[in-house]
Amino acid sequence: MNILKEIKTSAVVTLILLAICCGLYPVVVWGAGQLLFPQKANGSLVLDDAGKPIASTLLGQAFTADKYFSPRPSAAGTGYDSTSSAGSNYGATSQALHDAVQQRVADYRKANGLSDSQPVPADAVEASGSGLDPHISLKNAALQLPRVAKARNLSEDDLKKLVDLYTDGRDFGILGEPGVNVVKLNLALDGKYK
Amino acid sequence: MNAALGWIQLALFLGLVLLITKPLGLYLVQVLDSRGRTWLDPLLGPIERLTYRLCGVDPHREQSWKGYTVSMLIFSLFTMLVTYTLLRLQGMLPLNPQGFSSVADHLAFNTAASFTTNTNWQSYSGESTMSYLSQMVALASQNFFSAAVGIAIAAALVRGIARHSAQTIGNFWTDLVRTIYYLLLPICVVFAVFLISQGMIQNFKGYDAAALTEKETVQVPKTDASGAQVKDAKGNTVMVSQVVDTQTIPEGPMASQVAIKMLGTNGGGFTNANAAHPFENPTPFSNLIQLLSIFAIPSALTYYLGRMVKSSGHGWSVWAAMAILFVGAFLVCWHYEAAGNPILTQLGVDPADGNMEGKEVRFGVFNSALFATVTTDASCGAVNSMHDSFTPLGGLIPLFNIELGEVVFGGVGAGLYGMLVFVIVAVFIAGLMVGRTPEYLGKKIQSFEVKMSMLVLLVLAMDILGFTAWASVSDWGKAGLNNNGPHGFSEMLYAYSSVTGNNGSAFAGLTASTYWYDTTLAIGMLIGRFLMIIPIMAIAGSLAAKKLVPAGPGSFPVSGGTFTFLLIGTVLLVGALNFLPALTLGPVVEHFLMWSGKLF
Repeated sequence: MNILKEIKTSAVVTLILLAICCGLYPVVVWGAGQLLFPQKANGSLVLDDAGKPIASTLLGQAFTADKYFSPRPSAAGTGYDSTSSAGSNYGATSQALHDAVQQRVADYRKANGLSDSQPVPADAVEASGSGLDPHISLKNAALQLPRVAKARNLSEDDLKKLVDLYTDGRDFGILGEPGVNVVKLNLALDGKYK
Repeated sequence: MNAALGWIQLALFLGLVLLITKPLGLYLVQVLDSRGRTWLDPLLGPIERLTYRLCGVDPHREQSWKGYTVSMLIFSLFTMLVTYTLLRLQGMLPLNPQGFSSVADHLAFNTAASFTTNTNWQSYSGESTMSYLSQMVALASQNFFSAAVGIAIAAALVRGIARHSAQTIGNFWTDLVRTIYYLLLPICVVFAVFLISQGMIQNFKGYDAAALTEKETVQVPKTDASGAQVKDAKGNTVMVSQVVDTQTIPEGPMASQVAIKMLGTNGGGFTNANAAHPFENPTPFSNLIQLLSIFAIPSALTYYLGRMVKSSGHGWSVWAAMAILFVGAFLVCWHYEAAGNPILTQLGVDPADGNMEGKEVRFGVFNSALFATVTTDASCGAVNSMHDSFTPLGGLIPLFNIELGEVVFGGVGAGLYGMLVFVIVAVFIAGLMVGRTPEYLGKKIQSFEVKMSMLVLLVLAMDILGFTAWASVSDWGKAGLNNNGPHGFSEMLYAYSSVTGNNGSAFAGLTASTYWYDTTLAIGMLIGRFLMIIPIMAIAGSLAAKKLVPAGPGSFPVSGGTFTFLLIGTVLLVGALNFLPALTLGPVVEHFLMWSGKLF
């Protein structure tokens, strides 16, 4: 066995494989993606009238005003910072988690005029895994609906139709859980997303 | 949440895994034979032959187990150096639109070890550390290489079992090249394009800046001119208000990298949040296919085993043991995540929703628990939810899965060769019980094979428990914790389990990007990979050289229910004996404290 020969073989094999796996392969995928699904391959961006990006339909944003549906709590940076996606990573017995959830439950009930005995949807007060979850649960959206309708002077029925429009159901009716895409919905309410 | 739909999804997933096992297994038989024939030959044959010619390899000249191991080690070391060098020079290299600086020495060492060993532990945050070149070349190359090395080792071990009176177990270079060309690349191209169709990004442009609809005022630590945080007289960090009016949208060549990250059971995310990130796992459909891609090759390798040793019953018996261990662990995880956190229920959170902390709405509790189980059964380590925030017993499952040695389907190649070590131990135990010399597929299992198998199992336990013990009595160990109480201990135990098992998932609250953590974790990974592969290759060489003994009435059958049951028992027994004390100090005690309402 010749160690030097093995090293030389390693070097040549590595060079060839680098060219194929790290050069050719990503470029082929890039070409196919840009050709077949250009919108998605470039980040599912929503553009304003001037052609400037205002959101990605896949990445959540912070909305706090009453006239918007509130997204989930976010642990990404200072909240919905998409350069530092992250969950809170608090364990089940964490005091910090307990205190944060306690505060969020109180805030959520107050904002939406709920009684103190009304259970609050978990997704409304527990932070998402990425900190960028664009969805909220259907239950969460239904509880926020009267508040948003009032702030916007819309009938609840009309608003319900819009919520349904931006609800992503289970894939094939089986996979995953349904959710309302709050980014699309809030931008649509402002007439910025069609 | 809907339990019935959960059961349907579980059946669908397991059904799909079962469905692809045989066809992909048959394909593997051709790929892992230097004279094998596939339908891609017209396209790839010339490239394959050119590759051999350029590097001066005779594809049909086989190596001894030692030659094979040396080639593998030199190749791994060489590519690890390439990755390390590229990361250290990142700041000077092209394809870096965000202008990220070079990666620090301990972080580059950790990351290079991590990707070379198929661990893909991430001490770094992808979207704020790695340039496109680093992602695409330094890291993605190892996704291909380490996966192919794993499959090559498994193939060499299977050949050792299948042959008799033989001196060689295959050619490393041929296995490496054929696995990448015929198996990994073609599947990845199709898979990556599918991922884009679901919403995943694949581009080379710089990050986009989206003007926010609602400006946000946030509190951030005040920094001085040098970038250090300003403290007040009491030593508290001074906070200042900052208006956030844009959202920086990360871009990059993600789909090509995620495809191999999943298929090669690597698991290193393009982004920090990994497969929880909406770009990196946009829909429940992409989630299902990603899950399937983790188990695809490991599952097919069991069929390859059966085919090569001319006993498909043996392959399916191993498969059945894996499937039973998978379903059992998953059901426990699902149950505890669906039950939620009683402390939060008391605060008014709807208990019907289960534990949603660290989980995404589109996946919910079921798909998060499923992903956590699959990613740790295999040595993948991609996550679609934050394991750190699982309930104590829900989080015990991924931890215990890793500590079993990731032999439930397992990593590509690594799962099969890990499981075959347990097969040898199981056959040995059976031999002891009936008082006969143990046999495995017509070969006597003697003290050398048993010693090597025990070495593998001891390395696993000592690497995990030794480093965890060291970290938990060190200041540097405790400084990195995100949680107090037993959960803090679980964070450390998970970290060293994950790196030893070459998994790469984490209780991610742990701040591991420090000098001591980076270094000890990297050493843990190298031990967990190479100190296991070497004894396994020794077993392969020893088995290949043995003579065949005709099966007699006293031979223990290695197919059928009894064998499957014995194998499951061996895996669980070894895992429990090694790790129950440590698990009791972490997740188990935390479970009881949670139900008594104790906070830390």
